[in-house]
Amino acid sequence: MFISLNTHWGCDVTGHPDAVVVGAGIVGAACAEALGRAGLRVTVVERGAPAGATTAGGEGNVLVSDKEPGPELELARSSLRRWPDVLRGAAAVAPDAPDPEWDPKGGLVAALGGEAGEPLTAFAAAQRAAGVDARAIGGGEARELEPGLSPEVGAAVLYPQDAQLQPVAAAAALLAAVRARGGEVRHGTAALGLVRGASGAVAGLRTDRGAIPCGAVVNACGPWAGEFSRLAGAPVDVRPRRGMVLVTAPLPPGTVRRKVYDADYVGAVGAGEADLRTSTVVESTHAGTVLIGSSRQRVGFDDTVRVEVLRAIARKAVALFPALARVPVMRAYGGFRPYTPDHLPVIGEDPRIPGLWHATGHEGAGIGLAAGTGHLLAALFTGAPTDTDPHPFRVLRGEETGRE
Amino acid sequence: MTVHPPVTVVGAGPAGLAAASAATAAGARVRLIDAEPSPGGQYLRGDALGRAYDGAKVHGARVPDGVDYLPDTEVWALEPLPGGGARLHLRTGPADGSGGAVGAGRADPVGRPGPSTGRTTGEPDAAPPSGTTADDRPGPMGVRSAPSTRPRADDGRAAPLEATSTVAVHTVDAPVLVLATGAHDRVLPFPGWDLPGVVTAGAAQALAKSQRTAIGHNAVVAGTGPFLLPVARSLHGVGARVAAVLEAGAPVSGWLGDPGGAAAGLGKLGELAGHTAALARRRVPYRTRTAVIEAHGDGALEAVTTARLDPRWRPLPGTERTIAADALCLGFGFTPRLEAAIAAGCATSGGFVRVDAAQATSARGVFAAGEPTGIGGAALAAAEGEVAGTAAARAAGHPVAPPLGALRRVRTGRRFAAGLAAAHPIGPGWKEWPRDDTLVCRCEEVALRDLHAAARSAPGGRAFRLASRAGLGLCQGRVCGRNTAELIGLTDEDARRFDRRPIAVPIRLGDLADDT
Repeated sequence: MFISLNTHWGCDVTGHPDAVVVGAGIVGAACAEALGRAGLRVTVVERGAPAGATTAGGEGNVLVSDKEPGPELELARSSLRRWPDVLRGAAAVAPDAPDPEWDPKGGLVAALGGEAGEPLTAFAAAQRAAGVDARAIGGGEARELEPGLSPEVGAAVLYPQDAQLQPVAAAAALLAAVRARGGEVRHGTAALGLVRGASGAVAGLRTDRGAIPCGAVVNACGPWAGEFSRLAGAPVDVRPRRGMVLVTAPLPPGTVRRKVYDADYVGAVGAGEADLRTSTVVESTHAGTVLIGSSRQRVGFDDTVRVEVLRAIARKAVALFPALARVPVMRAYGGFRPYTPDHLPVIGEDPRIPGLWHATGHEGAGIGLAAGTGHLLAALFTGAPTDTDPHPFRVLRGEETGRE
Repeated sequence: MTVHPPVTVVGAGPAGLAAASAATAAGARVRLIDAEPSPGGQYLRGDALGRAYDGAKVHGARVPDGVDYLPDTEVWALEPLPGGGARLHLRTGPADGSGGAVGAGRADPVGRPGPSTGRTTGEPDAAPPSGTTADDRPGPMGVRSAPSTRPRADDGRAAPLEATSTVAVHTVDAPVLVLATGAHDRVLPFPGWDLPGVVTAGAAQALAKSQRTAIGHNAVVAGTGPFLLPVARSLHGVGARVAAVLEAGAPVSGWLGDPGGAAAGLGKLGELAGHTAALARRRVPYRTRTAVIEAHGDGALEAVTTARLDPRWRPLPGTERTIAADALCLGFGFTPRLEAAIAAGCATSGGFVRVDAAQATSARGVFAAGEPTGIGGAALAAAEGEVAGTAAARAAGHPVAPPLGALRRVRTGRRFAAGLAAAHPIGPGWKEWPRDDTLVCRCEEVALRDLHAAARSAPGGRAFRLASRAGLGLCQGRVCGRNTAELIGLTDEDARRFDRRPIAVPIRLGDLADDT
C-alpha cells in the first residue's frame, strides 16, 4: 500500500532519507525502527555514541506498576504489548545484534508501615479497573516472594506484567534492524538545526558534518530535546532531571528476584519540584549486580556526584531491604531524564514547522514507553491507525501554547 | 586572630609524607589520610629495600610529629566544596570492611551469578583476599587502596570477624587538600595472564617487602621499565629463584636518545646499574626485547612462553621458548590513580592531573603530587610532595619560603621521568598478544572478542562499557581500562570514563546509609 514515500514527501530519489531521527537513545532507536518497518528510509544521527547517555543510565524498566490510570498508562500498556514483538522482529532481520535480555520478571511494590498500605491498595484497584494485572498481597506473602524485604512491609502489590530489558542492548538491536532494512546510523554527528524549504517546512537537517536533505526530522534528543527544539526554532519545554543509581557487587541469584520498589516511588515520579526526591527501587541484573535507585533532582546538566544523594538512596533501600545493608556498593552512576512539566511525553508533529516531529519527554520511563512511542509516531507519520490516543501527547499543550 | 584551615593530605607514600612534613614545617595543622595500616605507601612499604633503591631525598616512612594521622582509612568518595578543596568521605577500619565482596569476587573470577558466587558477598565468612597465596591475580594488586593488595596479618588468613565491625564511616571537610594518591601497576593481557600465579610486580614486591615472603619458588619477572629490577632483587632476597627478568623494550638505545634526560637521572642510573650487577652476580638472566606472550598451567601457573619482540613489540616468530615458572610478576609501567582528583574537579591532560609550578591543580584549594601528576618515581614524588605541602600551607594562610631545593629537584626529576618514559614506551605490538578468547577484563570475564562485538553495536560512550561490561567489575577498570581503550581505539573522552569512579572503593550499603 505504501508506494513511494520519497515522492510522497517531496524528496528526490537519490537516496536521501524520508526521515532523520536525531538521537540514538532508546526512543530514537524505537522511532527509527518503527519508521523503517513502515517502509520509510530512515537515517539516525547521534552526536555521541548510540545509547550512550540517558539510555545507558537507565535500569531497563518496562513498567505498568508505577503508572496511574491515564494516557501514560495507556502508552505503557501499548508499549508492554509491543516490546516482545518489536524485539523479535528486530532479531529476525538482524540476528547478530546483542540480546536485549527481555525479562518479564514482574514487579513488587511494597508499603512500609501500616498507613502506607491503604493508598497503595487503592492505587492498585484503580489500575486494575484500567486493565492492569495488580494483585494486592500481604506483607507475609511479599516476604515469601522477596525474602530480603523488611518485616515492616505491611502491604504489597504484585504486578506480574512488569518487565525489564537491557536498554543498551535493546537500542543496539533496534538500530541494527534499522540498518538491516536499509537505514543508516551516523554517530559522532551533531545536529545543528533544520534546513527549511520555501514553504517553511523541513527540507533537511543541518549537522556538523554537513546537511542531510530529508522530508522530516524527529527530535528524539531526550533531556537535550529542549536544546535541539530551540535550535530547530520550535521550542518545547523538556529539561533534565538528574538521577543516581547505586550498583552492588554481584550477589547470589535470588537475592532480589523482581523489580521491587517502595510505594512512595509513585509520588516521587509525579512530583515536580527541583528538590531532591528519593524513592527505593531495587532490582537485579543478568550480571548479578543489584541496581539500587532512585533519585530525582533538577540540577540542570550538573553531573557532580553528590554523596548526600547516594546516602539518601542507601538509607531508604536499607529500610525496605535490610538484608542489603551488608552488601558492598561497587559503583554509582548518574544520568539525566527528559522531564516535562506535566510528566507526559511529547509525541507528534510540531504544528509550527511541518515536517518537524518530537518524541521525547519520557522522564524515567523512556525504556518502557519506547516501543509504544515508536508505534505511535510511525502511525501518525504514515496515517495508519493506532491503539493509543495521541492527543494527550501532542506537541503544544497547556503552557507551551503560544510560548515562543 | 585568623584560624587557619588544616592541610589535608591523602596518601602516605613518598609524596604524601613529604607534603605532610613540609606543611607541618610551615606551621600548618596537618591531617594525613592513608589506606594502609602503616605509612610509606607502595614504595616505602616495610622499608626493607626502599631506602636502598632510592638514596635520594625520600623521607623515611615516618609520619612527622604533630600530624593527625588516619591510617587504614579509605577515601571512598570525594566531592568539591563550594569555597575550594573537597569534602572527603572516609571509611576507617580494616581493609576489608566491605571487602568480603572483593574476596568473594576474586574467588569467583566469573563475577556473575553462579555456583561460586553462592556465598553472599560481604559476609564476613567470605574468604578475604589473600595477598600471599598463589591464586593472587593481577587485579587491583599494587593499587594502594585495593584491599586485595594488602597482605593480611597472618599469611592471608581470613580477617578476624570482629574486624568487620570496626569499620567507621565519617566525613571531613578539606578546604586545603593535597592529593598524593599514587599509581598502580599496569599489566597487559596475553593468553593465560589470568592464571593463578600471575601477579603484578608491585604485588610481588609488596609481599616480599612487608612479609618477607616470595610469591613463588621459581619466578619470572616481565614487563618494561626500571621497576622490574628491584622487584627481581626483592624476590631473590626473600628466597625465590628468579628464572629471568624480561624487558620488553630496549632501554639502552632509548636512553641514548635523550642524553640530557639520562644525565638528569645519573643517580638513578647508578642505582639501576647496582640492581643489574646484583642480579648478574646471582646469574639471573636479564633479556631485553623479550616478553612473556603466553602463560601455561592447569589451574595454576606452571610455565611461560617467551618470545623476542620487534621494536614495535610484535613477537618474532620462531623465537618462542618455554620456561618453567610458578610465579610471573608483570609490570608495564604505572597507571596513576586519578579518581580522587577527578572527583575534586581537577583538570587532567594526557591521563595525568594538570598542575602548575606550585603543584596546584585547576581546582581551587587542591594540590597534587607524585604519580597522579606524571609517573616519575619516589624521589620526584617526594620533591613534588614538598612543593605541594609548602604551597598548601601557604594556601592555608601560613607564610612560607619558596622550597627552592625541592623545586629544583622537581625540575630535574621531571626531565629524568621524561627520559624514562621515552626509554620505556609501551609498544603497540602488544595488541597482538591476546587471542580472541583472552580475557581483557577479568572482573567481568570479558574476552577480546567480546570487546570487539560490543564495539560493533555500541562504538563508544557509556554504552560501550555496558555492552562489553569491561571495567564494570570490582576494580572498576583500574586493570583493564587503558588496555580496553587501546585495543578498541576508544576516544580520549571515552578512555577517561574508566578513571571516573564516584565510589572509589566498595562500601557497604549500610555504611553508606550511616555516613554523616
